[in-house]
Amino acid sequence: MIWSFGNYLAFFEDKIYWLTFLKTALYSIAITALAFAITFPVAFYLSKVISKRYTRFMVLLLLIPIWVGELVTIYGWMILLGDHGVINHFLLSIGLINTPIIMLYTDFSMTIGLVYMSMLFMIIPVMSALDSLDNSIIEAASDLGASKWTIFRQIIIPYAMPGIASGSIIVFMLIIGDYVAPNILGGKSSLWFTEQIYNEFLATFNWNEGAAFGFMLLFLSSLIIWIALKLSGQRLDKVGS
Amino acid sequence: MIRSLPSSTFYKWSFRIYITLFYIFLIMPLATVAILAFNDSNFIALPWNGFTLDWFFSNTEDRVGLFWDENLILSIWTSLQTGFIVALLSTVVGTIAALLFEEENFRFKGLLYFLALSPLVIPGVILGISILISSTVAGNYIENTFGLDIEFLRPSFWLVVIGQFSFGATYVMLLVSARLKKFDRALEEAALSLRATRLQAIWYVTIPYLKSAIIGAFVVAFLISFSNFNTTIFLAGSDPTLPIDLYSRIKFSSTPILNAVSFLIVTVITIFAIFSLFINNKK
Repeated sequence: MIWSFGNYLAFFEDKIYWLTFLKTALYSIAITALAFAITFPVAFYLSKVISKRYTRFMVLLLLIPIWVGELVTIYGWMILLGDHGVINHFLLSIGLINTPIIMLYTDFSMTIGLVYMSMLFMIIPVMSALDSLDNSIIEAASDLGASKWTIFRQIIIPYAMPGIASGSIIVFMLIIGDYVAPNILGGKSSLWFTEQIYNEFLATFNWNEGAAFGFMLLFLSSLIIWIALKLSGQRLDKVGS
Repeated sequence: MIRSLPSSTFYKWSFRIYITLFYIFLIMPLATVAILAFNDSNFIALPWNGFTLDWFFSNTEDRVGLFWDENLILSIWTSLQTGFIVALLSTVVGTIAALLFEEENFRFKGLLYFLALSPLVIPGVILGISILISSTVAGNYIENTFGLDIEFLRPSFWLVVIGQFSFGATYVMLLVSARLKKFDRALEEAALSLRATRLQAIWYVTIPYLKSAIIGAFVVAFLISFSNFNTTIFLAGSDPTLPIDLYSRIKFSSTPILNAVSFLIVTVITIFAIFSLFINNKK
């Protein structure tokens, strides 16, 4: 065994590696934000609006895709989004379009897959943060004439912040470390950093370089989370509980 | 805005429509694969050619149904076995870890707890490659030094079990800890003051209290194992688990048999979910 930093250097020297990582990281941040935007109304609805009797059933529905497993659900999206897929078939048959829209094997289909497989992990922490928010605070603000937007920005979001932060950490790590969705739904141009690691191990059998890439992934994604926590003024031990 | 406050009709309805759309988004891929499993066509997509059970029971040249595809049945069986063993190991170790971290104080507790939780945020691919590399290095060392060939240190059934157990135990620990936080310690203290030993108190008082949480955690560990791909792909040997088999089929040879397998999984999970709802409502 020879000790060397060569495998780490490969990451910086070969443009494709760190460019792929950069792209993966930026996409992961954007998709995490998207997952938050899509699921926050749902989390709010389930914990504050809907009658408590139905909450359990609605949450159970959310769990089903996770229990079924990523591979089956991503496969489902593959059938839905394909050129001859269900959505195109439907749009063609009602005459809305004349030629199929190309959705599969693009960044769009990959984004859908990544949001789909990770959104539950945003909803649950945000819901549990919102559950402990006392309704009378919102009522008081409303009685004092605050608009919905003010209540949302000044009460609900600050209160749910620890939940949002922990949800974002889990979702970000799930997305940046995912392989199935980018590989099955993504196109040639949407290369994900994990795919490089898989290739090193399962195709080119360069385990040493693959190990270096794996460590870079862990190190850099932890660094991104650390920076994000610093910027948002959250503390890890508070977020973790 | 919330239950107790009045809102405008527009606000209420737009919120409802959004939630409905969200749930359609959620159910759509599952419903699609489940329905297309019965499509009388040799391709995985539409058009709808009528109802058939071929993709389950047929055994002809161009259509081999799910129950006749030996490789598929074998990978399902491997997954069931793996899931059961992983769930068993994870439940035992995870429950003990939960008792340890909730009820005892010891040195480096914070650090060890952090380590025990780390599989939650470490990407599965990294767990996979680190377990693969360390077990291979250990296996080579043992083989070169002692001349022993240890099978489970190479990609194989048991390496998959070890790999999945490494994060399964974390989930069990979290689920059991959550229940343990609500446990009234006075019950245990009462048992101790009635001269039960520490082990007896845990066995006769704490464990029965935790029973439903432990069963739930076992099921969750099983499901996590059954559907795991990211870690397993590196550790599986010649007997792939179901997700790995499915992956190579999706990538290289999509036939509607994939819809049939998906239908089976979705149905079992849904029945199971309804069942769990029923049990929880009864309590």
